[in-house]
Amino acid sequence: MFGGYIISVAIFVGIWVTLALSLNILTGYAGQVSLGHAAFFGIGAYTSAILSLKYGLPFWVDFLGAIVVTGLIGMVLGLPSLRVRHDFLVLATMGINFVVVAVFKYVDFFGGAMGLINIPAPSILGYSFRGGLPYLSLVWAFAAFTWLVSWYVSKTWAGLAFHTVRIDEEAAAAVGVSVPRFKVYAFVISSALAGGAGCLYGHFIGSLFPDTFVFVESIVVLSMVIFGGIGTLRGPILGAIILKAAPELLRFVQDYRFTIYGALLVLMMLFQPMGLLGDDSFLWRSLTRLFSPPARGEPRGGEAEEQGPDGSTEPALTYRGARHSSLSKE
Amino acid sequence: MSQQLGTPLLEVQRVSKRFGGLEALREVSLQTEREILGLIGPNGAGKTTLFNIISGFLPPSSGQVYYDGRLIHGHRPHQIVEMGIARTFQIVKPFGSLTVMENVLSGYGMPYYPSWRAFVRRFTPSSESVTRDILERTGLSAWAEAKASSLPIGLQRRLEIARALATGPQMLLLDEPAAGLTAQEAEELATLIRQLYEQGISLIVIEHNMAFAMSLCQRIVVLAQGQVIAEGTPAEVQSNPAVIGAYLGSET
Repeated sequence: MFGGYIISVAIFVGIWVTLALSLNILTGYAGQVSLGHAAFFGIGAYTSAILSLKYGLPFWVDFLGAIVVTGLIGMVLGLPSLRVRHDFLVLATMGINFVVVAVFKYVDFFGGAMGLINIPAPSILGYSFRGGLPYLSLVWAFAAFTWLVSWYVSKTWAGLAFHTVRIDEEAAAAVGVSVPRFKVYAFVISSALAGGAGCLYGHFIGSLFPDTFVFVESIVVLSMVIFGGIGTLRGPILGAIILKAAPELLRFVQDYRFTIYGALLVLMMLFQPMGLLGDDSFLWRSLTRLFSPPARGEPRGGEAEEQGPDGSTEPALTYRGARHSSLSKE
Repeated sequence: MSQQLGTPLLEVQRVSKRFGGLEALREVSLQTEREILGLIGPNGAGKTTLFNIISGFLPPSSGQVYYDGRLIHGHRPHQIVEMGIARTFQIVKPFGSLTVMENVLSGYGMPYYPSWRAFVRRFTPSSESVTRDILERTGLSAWAEAKASSLPIGLQRRLEIARALATGPQMLLLDEPAAGLTAQEAEELATLIRQLYEQGISLIVIEHNMAFAMSLCQRIVVLAQGQVIAEGTPAEVQSNPAVIGAYLGSET
């Protein structure tokens, strides 16, 4: 039983790692802060459950269906981002989350408040598995796929365009980036991946209720991204692992665990606002120093290929950007 | 260049812009060929507004803008860059958390962004060599790996030019490129601008520094209170009573 418990926790962690990584593409790369990510998680879960329950389609079809449908809905629901920015977008995405949950709750087709139950376990070639190591592998394989997508995007022109949109929309337009187009791209990629996570969640739990996908869950996912290090490829993974596993590991302190959880977040934002593994965080700096000792005489400018034109006019620059600047070159 | 004989490269026809009750531009017309055109005028004359209209950041209230014989107003800023007009900003907007190299690369990516090719890898031998070449030309090679936000203002202005250049423009709009520069930096900038002109790029330069504009530009258009009050060579403009009046206040 204990092993089963650990595996279950690891499955949940894997699903939330996927969610955090997918939100990171939207919020960390393209700078569109969303408090509605749980809605896309839910749309994926409900889509796959309905495909499976009402149409009897096999798991793999449900899974792809969840990804495609959620991506398309993400495209539509991302349209407000073309009109509103910053805090207004945050409110708009929050609103989207409320609306989506209300639809799950009050439309009979989606099971209403009673939810959808008896979602079959996935089966491949007649071999059905719910939970256990096979399911764990599946979940983490998708998390790895999400990471690969994030990594690949960060290497492309689109990745650079996302950066420009995040940093300054006018300057982005001035270099030829269609800001609306790339915002929609970010919403589609991000929500499609969250939809896949939703499918894996639904088929694991076996039953879906609207309250699982409420706005508070969106906050949790965004916290994971920020806690770990927004915009990086590593941060959201660690953030999701810590914040998802912590409530389980902190069971021994019973009622105080959410107090500790909250205090952890406050402390992080006070002392390491770039996240645990953000580019300028204490932990990440220490780690990189540990694993790549700088060349002699240069404390951390080891990779600076060129010096300033001459000593006197050289501004005080940190060449840290070379190796660990936000995703862009590694 | 598909420019037809007889049509100017850029033609602004009777462009007006109103912001509520304020008339920022009134029936402004100007034409430019391949040249370094100075756009000068007192604060609030409407120079930046005109740039914003040409580059698609603002729609005109009335009037037309033609570029290379095509009507361009009403197009989005990113489309205007694709047509070959790049710009810099009066208040610099470098991508601060990106490196200098990445900033320039962001301009070189211009042809990729509109198509599926946005999803191909951006670091290729050619993208790297072109960016390095632009950094070389603009004197920024030494800072290639530095974060853009760590550069002093003079280099940030230069970086904006480099980034605009990377989009491969036929025309560059520079909004007060010499603002905040030391005399020596301004001189280096003037040299750079002349080189760009010699490489076949047409430039419109907004400038506050009269001496700088007079020595750099081949032709000057003077805006005051939203209207063109004078146009001509630096010498003609300098001796024009209307210009002197606009800058110093007329005697009567």
